[in-house]
Amino acid sequence: MTRTVIDKVIELIVVLFVVSLGTFALVSLIPGDPSVAMLGEGRSPEEYAQARADMGLNDPFFTRYWDWLSGALQGDLGNSMVPPQGPVTDSISAALPVSIQLAVMGLFIAIVVAIPLAMYSARHQGGWIDRAISACTFGVLSIPSFLSGLLLIMVMVNYLGWFPRSQWVRVSEGLGQNLYHAILPAITISLLEMAMFIRILRSDLVMTLKENFILVAKAKGMSNARLLFSDALRPSSFSLITMLGIVLGSMIGSTVIVETLFSLPGMGSLIVRAAQQGDMPMVQGAVLVIAVIYVVANGVIDISYGYLDPRSRRAHV
Amino acid sequence: MSETKMDDIDMPAFTGRVLDDAGAEELANAKDLAERRNLYRIGTILTAVGVVCAGLGVLPMLVMGARVAIFVVGLIALYMGVRRLGLARFGSDFDLTFILSCAWLTVLILAAILAPLLPLAEHEDTTKTLAAKSYASPSLFSSHPLGTNNFGLDMLARSIYGARSSLIVAVAAVAIGILIGGAIGILAGYFGGWVDRIVGILTNSLLAVPALILLIALASVLQPNLRNVSFALAVLAIPSMVRIARANTLVFSQREFVLAARAMGATRWRVMLREIAPNVALPLLSLGMVMISVMIVAEASLSFLGLGIQPPSPTWGNMISEGQGNVFEQHPYIVLVPGVFLFLTVFAFNMVGEKAQKKTGGTREVKL
Repeated sequence: MTRTVIDKVIELIVVLFVVSLGTFALVSLIPGDPSVAMLGEGRSPEEYAQARADMGLNDPFFTRYWDWLSGALQGDLGNSMVPPQGPVTDSISAALPVSIQLAVMGLFIAIVVAIPLAMYSARHQGGWIDRAISACTFGVLSIPSFLSGLLLIMVMVNYLGWFPRSQWVRVSEGLGQNLYHAILPAITISLLEMAMFIRILRSDLVMTLKENFILVAKAKGMSNARLLFSDALRPSSFSLITMLGIVLGSMIGSTVIVETLFSLPGMGSLIVRAAQQGDMPMVQGAVLVIAVIYVVANGVIDISYGYLDPRSRRAHV
Repeated sequence: MSETKMDDIDMPAFTGRVLDDAGAEELANAKDLAERRNLYRIGTILTAVGVVCAGLGVLPMLVMGARVAIFVVGLIALYMGVRRLGLARFGSDFDLTFILSCAWLTVLILAAILAPLLPLAEHEDTTKTLAAKSYASPSLFSSHPLGTNNFGLDMLARSIYGARSSLIVAVAAVAIGILIGGAIGILAGYFGGWVDRIVGILTNSLLAVPALILLIALASVLQPNLRNVSFALAVLAIPSMVRIARANTLVFSQREFVLAARAMGATRWRVMLREIAPNVALPLLSLGMVMISVMIVAEASLSFLGLGIQPPSPTWGNMISEGQGNVFEQHPYIVLVPGVFLFLTVFAFNMVGEKAQKKTGGTREVKL
């Protein structure tokens, strides 16, 4: 077990190293001159040459990569190329909490809604509610988050007027207001995950409910709710935990889109704006930070899976 | 009438295969004539009700809200009716949702291919629509059945040309993914050892960046045109293709026909190309079917973020993003028209893809 964990960690480090190299190499793919992008057009050739030298563009590729990486490890991801040209790290540390809050809220909503629905579905398999839920989840999986977000805004904000639009209230200005403004974006993020969770959990629960120990519990006269929550849920949640890694990736995707849609100041709006403006240090920094979070989270899920489900310790890796 | 039958009638007709499977099993037992006749009767009634309601919804007689409601009810009744007629006529194999999906895809693909020949209004050139009315509401019997956007460009024409770019990009990306990813996967699986290890690290590294973030990063350095967007999407498709190809190669290279080929003196390249590749192709193609819908969503997301194909060239994503801000408060159809096209297409591809996956026994690998 320890060996598996060590192997896993080494693999994660190698992967992160390759990702950082790839992220850095993106810049050399850019058409055009970064010094022109930074200073604007119409300066003298000397000024451009000076800017290039300042940015270290005359050094060989690996020297530049090493400078960038060692800076990144110390928390310095360089400066933005777009005015006001502040440090990338500052922008990211301002934006990251917003995204994390949205993602966590989305995940929470998805799980809280998915578990009872999946349980009901599995318990009453083949009934019309089960079929309606299955059909809805299949439908929801075909709606991209920017579309569901716009539809939610259309109904909840414009038509019903229940929620405000396009504003972000920091936690420091009041938790209640903060949650109130974050709830609609979080619902939008949660939809796809919710549908995925329901599908996975339902199919696993259906299998578990056929097991003998469930029959025993039923024979003992356990109540339905107790049966589902205390006996059936735990052995049915392993696929869900395995899926969390994949779900996390799709969630980061929806967070990006939802932030742009609701104009919230998170990582998503940050990276999209940077990409539109060609602000490469910002894009690199954001991609690196997101990749590190994603890879580490996936690694933790992989490793914890071995502890949660003893069966997988041998078979895995 | 038995209780299960009551259930069937009360069931809201959401489309979905799980629902059809569950229902079809019960209905498969309806072999005896009485039940079948019952199906025919209810089916006919529901179909008739559906046609009437949907017809009422289309005709401009009532208020807008009522029309939409009646139209939707009509469609649901129509779906339930036709499904029952189909079950009665063709037995339990009848899968109406699948048939409708195939029909939609056929119509869409034909329309996309024949778009320049169809009698469509202007979709791209704003100089030709200076005189046209902007934000014309959809009205089925006018010259702009689905309305116009702020430049007076026709929404139907834009949706169909949008289908063109979506389909081209998605199919090209999946094709590139199958070719490159399949080749790399077969090499890694067949040679094993350090080739396999390096390929493994590279695929894991590609998968280490969430799909949309990778796409945005690529889009920030590439010029947004059809070719580059296809390549960027192919980068997303390659890792899953490599994994599937590698896994299948590992299985097939243990089989007798590979041993036989090697015993007959076939070179490694010949074994990979003639013996393994044709076998690996099938699971790759079926994964490709599922992935087309993922690619369509990815392309639409990129266009929506303003990083994909640029307006005025229409794609569903940038059409939907035209409705951002306050536009869709007054003109909801600006979002709804491309949205419905996108939803139906993704749904249909998911449906067909899932059927293909069930036949070849794989699972979904990517999801944005």
